[in-house]
Amino acid sequence: MRAHTLLFGALLGLAIAGPPFIVRVSAQPQAAAHPGEYAPADIAYGARLYDAQCTTCHGANGDGVGGVDLRSGRFRNAVTDQDLTRVVTAGIQGTGMQAFKLDQSELAGIVAYLRNMNSFDRGSVKPGDADRGRAVFDGKGTCARCHRVGDQGSRAAPDLSDVGATRSAGSLLRSLTEPTSQMFPINRPVRVVTRDGKVINGRRLNEDTYTVQLIDDQERLVSFVKSDLREYTILTVSPMPSYKSTLTDAELADVVAYLLSLKGR
Amino acid sequence: MTRRVSGMSGVRLALLTMLLTVTVAGVQAQVGSDRLANAAREARNWLIYSGGYFSNRYSGLTQITPANAKNLELKWMYQAAVAGAWQTSPLVVDGVMYLTQRPNDVVALDAKTGRVFWIYRHQLDPTLIVCCGANNRGLAILGDTLFMGTLDAHLVAIDAKTGRLLWKTTVADSKGGYSVTHAPLVVKDKVIVGVGGGEYGIRGFVAAYDVRTGREAWRFYTIPAPNEPGGDSWKPCPPASSTFCDPEAWKHGGGSVWVTGSYDPALNLTYWGVGNAGPDWNNEQRPGDNLYTDSVVALDADAGRLRWHYQFTPHDRYDYDSVQVPVLADITFHGQPLKAMVWANRNGNFYVLDRETGKFLVGKPFVKVNWMDTFDERGRPNQTPQPPGMPTWPGNQGGTNWYSPSYSPHTGMFYVSAWEGYATIFGGTPVEYQEGRNFGGGVNRPFVPVPGAPAVPGIRRGPINNWTEAASTGAVLALDAATGEQKWKFPMTDVTDSGILTTASDVLFTGGREGYFQALDARSGTLLWKASLGAQIVSGPITYEVDGKQYVTAISGLSLCVFGLRE
Repeated sequence: MRAHTLLFGALLGLAIAGPPFIVRVSAQPQAAAHPGEYAPADIAYGARLYDAQCTTCHGANGDGVGGVDLRSGRFRNAVTDQDLTRVVTAGIQGTGMQAFKLDQSELAGIVAYLRNMNSFDRGSVKPGDADRGRAVFDGKGTCARCHRVGDQGSRAAPDLSDVGATRSAGSLLRSLTEPTSQMFPINRPVRVVTRDGKVINGRRLNEDTYTVQLIDDQERLVSFVKSDLREYTILTVSPMPSYKSTLTDAELADVVAYLLSLKGR
Repeated sequence: MTRRVSGMSGVRLALLTMLLTVTVAGVQAQVGSDRLANAAREARNWLIYSGGYFSNRYSGLTQITPANAKNLELKWMYQAAVAGAWQTSPLVVDGVMYLTQRPNDVVALDAKTGRVFWIYRHQLDPTLIVCCGANNRGLAILGDTLFMGTLDAHLVAIDAKTGRLLWKTTVADSKGGYSVTHAPLVVKDKVIVGVGGGEYGIRGFVAAYDVRTGREAWRFYTIPAPNEPGGDSWKPCPPASSTFCDPEAWKHGGGSVWVTGSYDPALNLTYWGVGNAGPDWNNEQRPGDNLYTDSVVALDADAGRLRWHYQFTPHDRYDYDSVQVPVLADITFHGQPLKAMVWANRNGNFYVLDRETGKFLVGKPFVKVNWMDTFDERGRPNQTPQPPGMPTWPGNQGGTNWYSPSYSPHTGMFYVSAWEGYATIFGGTPVEYQEGRNFGGGVNRPFVPVPGAPAVPGIRRGPINNWTEAASTGAVLALDAATGEQKWKFPMTDVTDSGILTTASDVLFTGGREGYFQALDARSGTLLWKASLGAQIVSGPITYEVDGKQYVTAISGLSLCVFGLRE
């Protein structure tokens, strides 16, 4: 199946060194994003959320509450992004600031927007359209050949049914253009060779010192004792193709909008 | 019967009484100071939290060997009822096991069958404030009296035969975040405990209490007052500080004691590891080295006077508690006998100190370290704080933590549970002290290679490891006790919070978050045997002998599992 070729094709060309049946993959140290850097997609998503949920009290310019100017970049009850998140989710007792129930993606967007209200140019970002994004997802992007949403699509790659509640807009956009950079380590593809030479490719669900649990490319749940294997390889390159050159910026924005709409049940 | 006894002569009756006394005493003798001093040589029992005053968690028992460990099987289980990390380490005295269970119960049971004799239930103050989990790590015993510290900062004495409360004394006010979570240490006629609560801005101390009355005999503050030795390590705030600085930082300077200390009878010194400074992460508001946080202190056991100290992490900004059991070892160092203290610290370095003087002899990383690079000749680290937003190794939970290491005099190796490849992006934020309120002062983020990816949790979240090798892995490391050189490594996929036990037959027992209980060859690290117990193991195994049979314990989740050889 082509879907499986997409998912696992990258496995074949990589030479892996290491012990006979276990390949340890060490953490790849990377510089963390600077605390002051926020993805434009997050800022734009946050702006839309702000318009929908915050303007009633704070106003479009962030100065609707007496003595509070959100555009100043200084907050009376918050210094860090964690503080801001806490204020938004817990409210401020004794004031009109209520608690908001927002998921991780929405919080990342709100914080990014609050940090950039003063400089964000709404005209610089064209918001995506979720319906158009779904059409790209199912059509041109052929995403459902590997990913599942609800009861549709393959289980070979991670299920995206609630990805809009767990991944930020910026992360989703990068997932489409630089898939490896956003691949969670648990989703690293694995290749198993049993003692009798049988090859199984799959996606990790769990692992401990002695065993590993997978969903394989036939969508079977399988568990192996590592010492029974001839080879066990964890790969660090995502088999997902980059859509940087195959989708337009508008199509990418539409797909991100669609993914952000996937909040699970 | 009555008539026969009455017919005995007075001499015969006295002889019979003596005989009965001797016979019973042979089975269940009181645990006197002499037995405690020689606890490590009384291999069939486990009389002190770490097995002996030197805290080696090493047993002289040899029935279980590398050759027969494959024949280990479950002998009995005991189930607790209160969920949460069960960190206790049992005592075993002449066939009776004593252990604590959550939140502050004491249980006495038959060490051969697991059947219960009695349970003592301490009633906790409902207003208590306790940091980092409601844990208790064990007991101490002297004579027929058991001693337990409580989460509401009391010390209780319990009759070991009946479970009846003998006395209870207040160690500190739990409303200020004080607690006692570790097993007390009995030295001669005193029972010694320290207080936890550094995350609530306590002023830590170690104190000794009369074993008969509970009256306080001495107290050593781990945070000195300004007029006391070490008080000048809490420096005054700069006159024109641009950031928040607390002029009375020492008053809530932390310095918790989370785990049991050690004792050298020949030197009459008791050694205690001291926890982090308060607030944990915003070091800027407490200028100076902040003694005696992140230190080991050597105290005169009779009077509590400080004999020496060594500070592992001056002016800490990483929560690098010295929350480890001080391991005492008589080793050969550069060809000379040395009364050593060997220590794998949360800050990622392994140390050898002279335990008579506190002199720094060896400092060597056992995991990746980038918060410092070199030591000066007195052992002071040259700190290399990372730029904002960059990761620091080891991360907040440390290269190791509170769980007991082991030292085997038989192999000369020191064994430690380590977290490898684990980092945190640290950040401090000002925090003003308020009694009973969290006093962390940090904005830390676990370091993960992909933003938003699961990070290794500070405490176990469940049976699925979705943070994987990218966030951290665990290991048992065997280090040369005199040099810190790694002799072997037993890698684990998940991190481990388990203590380690070694025996004179060179078998090493340990667990981990994955729920496996493992026996390794202590000389090579080779896996000898394992059992999947299903839940995390976060305490230190012990071993003991009853009726000529050796047993070894593992606590997994709510289950105390006891193993022995198949017959």
